[in-house]
Amino acid sequence: MTKEFKRPDGRKVDELREMKAKVGVVPNADGSAMFSFGDTVAIAAVYGPKEHHPRNQRNPEEGTLRCTYNMLSFSVTDRIRPGPSRRSTEISKITEWALEPVVMIEKYPNMVIDVHVNILQANASTRCAGINAAAMALAHAGIPMKDIVSSVSIGKLDKQLVVDVNKYEEDWEEGEGATDIPITFTNSGELTHIQLDGKITSKQLKEAIELAREATKKIYEVQKEALKNPLREEK
Amino acid sequence: MMTSNLTGERIKKYLSEGKRFDNRKLEEFREISIETGVSKNAEGSARVKLGKTEVLVGIKMNVSEPYSDSPDKGNMMVTAELLPLSSPRFENGPPKFPAIELGRVIDRGIRESKFIDFEKLCIKKGEKVWTVFIDIYSINDDGNLLDAAGLGAIAALKNAKIPKYDEKNEKVLFGELSKDSIPLAKEIPISLTIHKVGDSLIVDPTREEEDISETRVTIGSSNGVISSMQKGNSKSLSVEEMSKILDLTEKIEKEISKKIERFFK
Amino acid sequence: MQIKERQYIKKMTDRKIIIPGEVIFEGEDYLPGEGTEKKGKEIISLRYGLAEESNKLVKVIPLSGVYQPRRGNVVIGRVENITFNGWIIDIGASDRAFLSLTEVPRYVNKDGLDEVMDFNNMVVAKIWGINKRGIDLSIKSRGLGKIDEGMIIKINSNKVPRVIGKEGSMVNLIKENTNCNITVGQNGLIWIQGDKIEDELFAKKAVLFVVEKSFISGLTDELKKWFDKEKGK
Repeated sequence: MTKEFKRPDGRKVDELREMKAKVGVVPNADGSAMFSFGDTVAIAAVYGPKEHHPRNQRNPEEGTLRCTYNMLSFSVTDRIRPGPSRRSTEISKITEWALEPVVMIEKYPNMVIDVHVNILQANASTRCAGINAAAMALAHAGIPMKDIVSSVSIGKLDKQLVVDVNKYEEDWEEGEGATDIPITFTNSGELTHIQLDGKITSKQLKEAIELAREATKKIYEVQKEALKNPLREEK
Repeated sequence: MMTSNLTGERIKKYLSEGKRFDNRKLEEFREISIETGVSKNAEGSARVKLGKTEVLVGIKMNVSEPYSDSPDKGNMMVTAELLPLSSPRFENGPPKFPAIELGRVIDRGIRESKFIDFEKLCIKKGEKVWTVFIDIYSINDDGNLLDAAGLGAIAALKNAKIPKYDEKNEKVLFGELSKDSIPLAKEIPISLTIHKVGDSLIVDPTREEEDISETRVTIGSSNGVISSMQKGNSKSLSVEEMSKILDLTEKIEKEISKKIERFFK
Repeated sequence: MQIKERQYIKKMTDRKIIIPGEVIFEGEDYLPGEGTEKKGKEIISLRYGLAEESNKLVKVIPLSGVYQPRRGNVVIGRVENITFNGWIIDIGASDRAFLSLTEVPRYVNKDGLDEVMDFNNMVVAKIWGINKRGIDLSIKSRGLGKIDEGMIIKINSNKVPRVIGKEGSMVNLIKENTNCNITVGQNGLIWIQGDKIEDELFAKKAVLFVVEKSFISGLTDELKKWFDKEKGK
């Protein structure tokens, strides 16, 4: 892996875009947060724990974590018709699975915790930004959690692994093209989510996971800082 | 939690004395904040805050065939979504009446005021015209989403630039903006909602105040000329009250117009 | 072998904001209290809040989160529904609360429940039982019952101890300075009643001030200074 590989925006191969995070962005919510990777901006709001409706979906043994992921119509260059799509439904579930291992929902049988993730501006890695915002929002809402999770997209551009893929890199066409690998880690190093689109050897995949681990540690610091400084003014 | 009867009674009593909980006058708006260009992939965008109420509006454009009854005119479509993110009262699912009404009221306000010059959005008569999509999203509901959305739509329209159009290949080059703004009229149409609470008429209600509002009238006007109106909710109004509402609207529309001038430089 | 004790906070008054998964203390003899768990030698936080240690017991005081009802709590709620034998009260907890007509200090006719308390009425009640069915309320003691006049505000239930203060010192300070009667529900709803609406709004402002500054120490003095400033206007 050559470190001289030139990324379109000039970043080093293991360099993340500038990250911003803030909690309390939706006053009505029990907990809320905003997280951005460069131009990709996500906000998340948490409502709950509360009574679970409809009743027939209640879980009497432990609570339910219910996530919805939605992109604003103008968050991308090609307008998205408002409303759920297959993609947003899948990502909603992925978000839920990425968060569930750390959320202690066994404390709330028959209850539901609603997490709403909205993408205000998209430049790839939207599900990762969403998961990062959701994790902060859950903590901010006072939901008992074993740990915070942090998510990042590792890409393979032809044969080169890079950290935090942007839209330009997502559409890479040279050589083997682009492989996109969104990964989520708990701060203590457990994997809660991984997906892959593209073509990769298992050796390189292991490297990618290592890269993700290092990157998520940096992301965690940003999330931690935002939670510890809730009254900080927005730059 | 719904506003309790108790607090509701308190609000009405205070209003009858000409006062509001946050020290505003009955015809006074909360602090208005308008930011434009807040979403880079949109052709135009705006974030409006009225106190703690926040909405995000984005403009997207596309080229398509015109409607058969207006072959030389562009089109507009206004959609509003009350995001579950913005209030414990909104649920996931297809838009319910409040979101549909919001979209239609804002649409009416802009359309009837002739703010957008649709003829200038025609590329080739009968074949290609621009459609302007105005998408409104609630981010935090602390009352008066209607007026916040109205301001947002205007701000986003003013902020927007038309994307480049490749005539030869008949393709819109999304992401590449021309220097042209959307053809708009000089006068800004203001959408204003007056609420009747108890015996008082108020403007820009907070969530608590809006919960006990008995009826409301939204009027779209610019420079004193009314072009759209909608009465909502179930109680009736006397002719005197309606008259007062019209007077109030005329007065406040001028004030708001002035206040928001500085955001549109 | 020496056991290394790493301290992340030194005294009770030195409270730091802790996030879930963060290590608060490391050491054999520290005990995991509320909001924490012990993993090996580490005491780890399970909540977003302020970490506190006393006599080796480490706990996290939440900064946010839905109200957790406890027996004996005085709460303020809204009548959501009337059944044949009582009222269903919304106290903002994840469970519904029920006030049976047998828990009212006078005889209630089965057909006259709505005359005693109607939909959307507010009531001050005490939790006398919590079980699988839900929360049981009573308004039999003094100071409990339907609220007729005044205003209700809602704060995060985790800030209630701050608003009440040590032995009521904070809320009493507000009562004196605003001439209002104030009943603080453990569920975060607060009933303010004064002779004039201005007084009630002033009390509301004071409560919100305490909630906003709930992080800092010496808050009682800060509040006194704030009152002097506000009254000087």
